[in-house]
Amino acid sequence: MMELKVLGQAQQAENPKGGCSAGSCGSTDDQLSHLPEAIREKVHNHPCYSEEAHHYFARMHVAVAPACNIQCHYCNRKYDCANESRPGVVSELLTPDQAVKKTMAVAANIPQMTVLGIAGPGDPLANPERTFATFRMLSEQAPDIKLCVSTNGLALPAAVDELARHNIDHVTITINCVDPEIGAKIYPWVFWNNRRVKGKKGARILIEQQQKGLEMLVARGILVKVNSVMIPGVNDEHLKEVSRIVKQKGAFLHNVMPLIAEAEHGTFYGVMGQRGPKPSELQALQDACAGDMNMMRHCRQCRADAVGLLGEDRGAEFTLDKIEQMDIDYGAAMQKRARVHAAIAEELAAKQVAKPAEHPVQPKGISDKSYRPVLMAVATQGGGVINQHFGHAKEFLVYEVGMGGVRFIGHRKTDLYCEGGDTCGDGESVLARNIRALEGCEVVLCSKIGFEPWGQLEEAGIQPNGEHAMEPIEDAVMAVYKEMIEDGRLDEGAAGQAKATA
Amino acid sequence: MALKIIESCVNCWACEPVCPSTAIYEAKPHFLIDPKRCSECEGDHANPQCASICPIEGAIVNSLGEPMNPPGSLTGIPPEKMAEAMAEMQAR
Ligand code: SF4
Ligand code: SF4
Repeated sequence: MMELKVLGQAQQAENPKGGCSAGSCGSTDDQLSHLPEAIREKVHNHPCYSEEAHHYFARMHVAVAPACNIQCHYCNRKYDCANESRPGVVSELLTPDQAVKKTMAVAANIPQMTVLGIAGPGDPLANPERTFATFRMLSEQAPDIKLCVSTNGLALPAAVDELARHNIDHVTITINCVDPEIGAKIYPWVFWNNRRVKGKKGARILIEQQQKGLEMLVARGILVKVNSVMIPGVNDEHLKEVSRIVKQKGAFLHNVMPLIAEAEHGTFYGVMGQRGPKPSELQALQDACAGDMNMMRHCRQCRADAVGLLGEDRGAEFTLDKIEQMDIDYGAAMQKRARVHAAIAEELAAKQVAKPAEHPVQPKGISDKSYRPVLMAVATQGGGVINQHFGHAKEFLVYEVGMGGVRFIGHRKTDLYCEGGDTCGDGESVLARNIRALEGCEVVLCSKIGFEPWGQLEEAGIQPNGEHAMEPIEDAVMAVYKEMIEDGRLDEGAAGQAKATA
Repeated sequence: MALKIIESCVNCWACEPVCPSTAIYEAKPHFLIDPKRCSECEGDHANPQCASICPIEGAIVNSLGEPMNPPGSLTGIPPEKMAEAMAEMQAR
């Protein structure tokens, strides 16, 4: 058997010189390996695209774009809602001037900052003046910050020239379908040529504009990422085709996200009882799409005004009042950023080189037998090690560990619906929610865990494990896998077999 | 003749730029239409533009006070379904 290695991650992109290190070269599953050097270069320190980089670099979004030109069934405009729909959280709407001020303040205080995005709360391109005014000022005042924008695509073809002029690094289009029949079940209307166009007709217009916009961006060499919301029974099967088509047209990443629908959000899907996908269903679809598309599995469906590293939000430190009181030397801040970015790039490159040697090899003495893979969840605060208390984890990284190695599967959020416990009805306890989020996982690794959750996890068929604190994730999960084999827990018919997840 | 924005407006800005008569302005607690400027889009468009882009049912009313976009017309959620969901949440 071959040496085990971590598959499906963006490692290769982390090597800035594009040199070939044995660990990642030639791995066809490597997410970004097929991409031209120029694109990998653009992506390698992007916190939203590179699984490795997102632990080190920070991004922020500013909410300057309130208006929208379409309605999605997973969105309720009474709340704040980006394309991706995280209903229930309200962003502080900023003018372009305020947005620039905030970005400059954040970039001065969080030198890991590399990316500024505009994603909402409406559609950035339905607010072209506000969006482009923000980009224009930032390109002048902080040329080292990358700019990105998310859109539903309706106004995209008309905006491509202007986007190209502002030197936008990349564009995210939310594409949920390529078939108007299906589109009519997702989009009740679009505002187009001075009319509200409903049903299939409206969906057809949206789809045409999205596809046209995608083609135009690719033709101009602007990176395009496609986001899709997986809606069981509506577009789940269809997304495989979407994935194929958008890749063919040149999108460089496809990101399938779960529908979030709860009655209290007041969305069509929420009220009508449309369910979101189970983690196992989402994973199955991501796997199916990965066959002919590069999947991005670490997206966290950020809020329209998120600030900080992925999975964290430091927005509260940068309200307008607080920014007003900050005394900032912008020139010095930019120099500091350059130093910090260089140091991170170095660290990533060093890790990259060190990796193959660290990797666990095939479990000893069992080469004649083959065992099923196991899903394991990990609580981490970043840095690639197991360093978070179970009770503090707002999300878990999920890995599939098997005979072929360790494969990063994605994130399971535990706080998808609620920011604070009291806004969300009585709901279920945090612990119950965590356990539900871990569906299908047989082990959860964390730095520490309390007595009560330990018992409840075991009851749910999930083995808690606190023995690998501060160890590198891949090594730790492989060690646990080996133990499971040695203890006979993966023998056929052994107790503790994965529960049916369907 | 003029349309009117009422309190259910969520201040989403969508209507402001599409008005051909620049009759819509930002105000507290919500956007307003200057009745002297509003032409109901007569002569400019087949449909009143603000009411054609506004995402909130009931937020814009005509001169009789009737909603331009009645309940269910934009979200597709039947009003009874909405009432049911609301009642259920209240009961919790
Ligand atoms: S009806 Fe037309 S003119 Fe009157 S406020 Fe609305 S968009 Fe403006
Ligand atoms: S479009 Fe409707 S909700 Fe939005 S600001 Fe105008 S009246 Fe208010």
